[in-house]
Amino acid sequence: MTVLPTPDASGRRVIIDPITRIEGHLRIEINVDDRNVIRNAVSVGTMWRGLENILKDRDPRDAWAFAQRVCGVCTGIHALASLRSVEDALAIKIPENANLIRNIMTLTLYAQDHLVHFYHLHALDWVDVVSALRADPAATSTLAQSISSWPKSSPGYFKDIQARIAKFVGSGQLGPFRNGYWGHPGYKLPAEANLMAVAHYLEALEFQREMVKIHTVFGGKNPHPHWVVGGVPSAINVHNTGAVGAINMERLNLVVEIARRTQEFITQVYVPDLLTIASFYKDWVQWGGGLSSMNLMSYGEFPGRANDTSNDNMGMPRGAIIGGDLSRIHEVDLKDPSHIQEFVDHSWYKYPDEGKGLHPFDGITECDFRLGPAGKIDKDFLTQVDETAKYSYVKAPRFKGEAMEVGPLARLVIGYAAGRADIRQLVDGALKKLDVPLSALFSTLGRTAARGLEAQWAADRLVTTVNDLIANIRNGDINTCATEKWEPSSWPATAKGAGYCEAPRGALGHWVVIKDGRIANYQCVVPTTWNASPRDAKGKIGTYEAALMGTPMADPSRPLEVLRTIHSFDPCLACATHLYGPDGEPIVDVKVV
Amino acid sequence: MSILTRSKRVITTAEVMESRGINRREFLGFCSMMAVMLGLGPEGSGKIAQAMEVKPRVPVLWLHGLECTCCSESFIRSSHPQASDVILSMISLDYDDTLMAAAGDQAEAIVDEIIRDYKGNYILAVEGNVPLAHDGWNCIVGGRPFKSRLQETARHAKAIIAWGTCAAFGCVQAARPNPTQATPISQLVEHVPVINVPGCPPIAEVMTGILTYMLTFDRLPDLDRQRRPKMFYGQRIHDKCYRRAHFDAGQFVESWDDEGARQGYCLYKLGCRGPTTYNACSTIGWNDGVSFPIKSGAPCMGCSEEGFWDRGPFYERLQGMQQFGIESNADMVGKAAAVGIGAAVGAHMAVSVAKKALQGRKDNASDEGNPS
Repeated sequence: MTVLPTPDASGRRVIIDPITRIEGHLRIEINVDDRNVIRNAVSVGTMWRGLENILKDRDPRDAWAFAQRVCGVCTGIHALASLRSVEDALAIKIPENANLIRNIMTLTLYAQDHLVHFYHLHALDWVDVVSALRADPAATSTLAQSISSWPKSSPGYFKDIQARIAKFVGSGQLGPFRNGYWGHPGYKLPAEANLMAVAHYLEALEFQREMVKIHTVFGGKNPHPHWVVGGVPSAINVHNTGAVGAINMERLNLVVEIARRTQEFITQVYVPDLLTIASFYKDWVQWGGGLSSMNLMSYGEFPGRANDTSNDNMGMPRGAIIGGDLSRIHEVDLKDPSHIQEFVDHSWYKYPDEGKGLHPFDGITECDFRLGPAGKIDKDFLTQVDETAKYSYVKAPRFKGEAMEVGPLARLVIGYAAGRADIRQLVDGALKKLDVPLSALFSTLGRTAARGLEAQWAADRLVTTVNDLIANIRNGDINTCATEKWEPSSWPATAKGAGYCEAPRGALGHWVVIKDGRIANYQCVVPTTWNASPRDAKGKIGTYEAALMGTPMADPSRPLEVLRTIHSFDPCLACATHLYGPDGEPIVDVKVV
Repeated sequence: MSILTRSKRVITTAEVMESRGINRREFLGFCSMMAVMLGLGPEGSGKIAQAMEVKPRVPVLWLHGLECTCCSESFIRSSHPQASDVILSMISLDYDDTLMAAAGDQAEAIVDEIIRDYKGNYILAVEGNVPLAHDGWNCIVGGRPFKSRLQETARHAKAIIAWGTCAAFGCVQAARPNPTQATPISQLVEHVPVINVPGCPPIAEVMTGILTYMLTFDRLPDLDRQRRPKMFYGQRIHDKCYRRAHFDAGQFVESWDDEGARQGYCLYKLGCRGPTTYNACSTIGWNDGVSFPIKSGAPCMGCSEEGFWDRGPFYERLQGMQQFGIESNADMVGKAAAVGIGAAVGAHMAVSVAKKALQGRKDNASDEGNPS
């Protein structure tokens, strides 16, 4: 078991703001020692939107639409968490088809979101675009064909791509590649691997828009498909007149085809690229581990049968690992007030009783933007935060008092520890190919690899789940929505519900309190709240902060190493900082202490 | 005044496309597809081709305020043109914190460089809005309140595109009680034209279509009084809805997953906002035209309309609604003049149903049916 080092803020302070290639706004402050090793790390969420307060007094059947706007990147998953919280509160049972279609939506999201993260948000941390200009297209072709049967791999194809980059770079207008860290000593890929990766950056950008058409079929659009409490909005009609106005054979065929192509792209492009790139960066199994070898958590996802939340019904199991003991998986209960609590000692919010955590059913969030003694604002420029005081718009959630890592790595490790054969096979296969031990997973590289392996798992399961849907329809079940409890007159006067999800980025919970047909309180604790968490009442550091500790930097003014580790979590700050209190307290003035 | 910048270091869009292996025939095919999409007729194709061949790439700064990034996600879903073609061949996306390689100081330096080198000649694209509460400290980028960043970049921009309902009208952050005082871009900018492209998010091909239009014709699109491009926001979803015939025939989905839902009947009674929403969903469709909410059985929420979040519950039909702010014509907006449009829509339905009863058969879809 790893013991985390104590933060030491004596060295030189380096500030990275904005962290780009993420969703939302994040700032990282670090202190490096005289050998440029990170000895202190401070994760600062720098936006706050107030959605929970906006949800108050709304119709619970509308909540999914508001909650979905927490995030447009992991689009749909907040809607699903919201639906589940309302259905839990009102004891609504959804039809099997609705469960299958919701699983199809989420599996599609996993595959698409992981793919976009790898190529468009994370790859430039490992791939030197400019170096691709020096590649030999024939050798690139040989490399590509040695790792995959993907057909776009001829020398001519890579030569065209290279010419395109050359002309682009030669134009002097570098667009999104402007001021990148090209030539940084941290880049280790041979020129040919760089060229292959750039080609696939472009192919993935084209293909991701195909994948989301599955959302469009069932939800009408992407981003932000439509949903409904009690099931899914799209009715099924495969036999009769009027089928053209519903989910019919043509629509199902479209979904089958996209699922097949998704599986093909991830199997033949994403995973081979991932393993090839990883093989050149094996030194990154030493860094970025943070809490991953200690505390991991998953709420479980992909219920096989509808309305059954038992752990053996979950495609990805629920549970928590504490202190690195993989032999014991702790039960996680979203409704147990002792399990999940949020602290605000170091967050720009205040509690009546600071130092005490609150369960989300009782959650409050009153804005309190002020800096500690070492924090500075110079006119309208935030020079530095003070981590001994409040310093982030992200709260500090804790499971039984512990900071946790959530996300694909947590899910795979918990699945592995639970003995799930499909997950063990996937993980063991990759470890064998890379010739690294299981402990290599607990690192920046392991986190990035886990996401790619999970994309493979999701794409495979997408294909089978689409088949399951067709089989269920063939068996005569075409129901898609339960409407017995649609009317508020059928609801109890007060009700409480918790909606679990595993979002692409990790454990996601929504908690709703319904009173007289309206929302009395609404709280979300989202994956990036866990991962981007600041310190807590006991001074325990957050997950990003822990992961950065001890990393050596080649040149702190060009912070490529920080980007690698932070990006390995796939940050989503709009998710993490959506919060606002239930009572709509007036906003206090800025205080600079 | 040209919205494009001239510099000897830049090359034309057509040259970049050619260098990407896009041959002449494909290039012209692309131009005619864009011309059709923009409603320009056959002669439009030549204009687009010419523009692409002689004009350099325009620098674009794409800022993010309070938002959820659904607009960026939508943008990269564009099928014609593809997002990679826009980013690599049509514009120079020099700053976009979601996609750019640089971070921290290296990213921030680009903003200063673009303002210095392209003063008055870059496009500012804004996704999200500006929180004014707390002196603006609810959204900090590069160590500064987002409102400061917007002020300095807007001042020297040639034009501003306000992507999505957040930037155009405030969207979900500005819904009651608007805890951060989230404020639309057009309320904070003077002397620089603002183009509102609402939708949560906007349709991908509408986003790229508007950008391409500006590059092609070197002018801003014609806007309505809410600053929306008329070419895409001039008609209601209801007017062009393929389920309109069922509305006219009085055939409605009464509850989720009923026989009407399985027949693809009109969703008006489930709260569909199509009759009061100006957008292109029922014509262009979503994600390469695969579907749009109504086609997938979900009532339109009116996500491109100002203040739509506070017009719930979403599943109450329009005639039960109060305080509708949109008149029959997008150019006749006036909050004072908002006289119970819901009731008017109800009357429109009643007329349609009565017609059906009188004629004893389905009306065809040619009924223009303005609700007011």
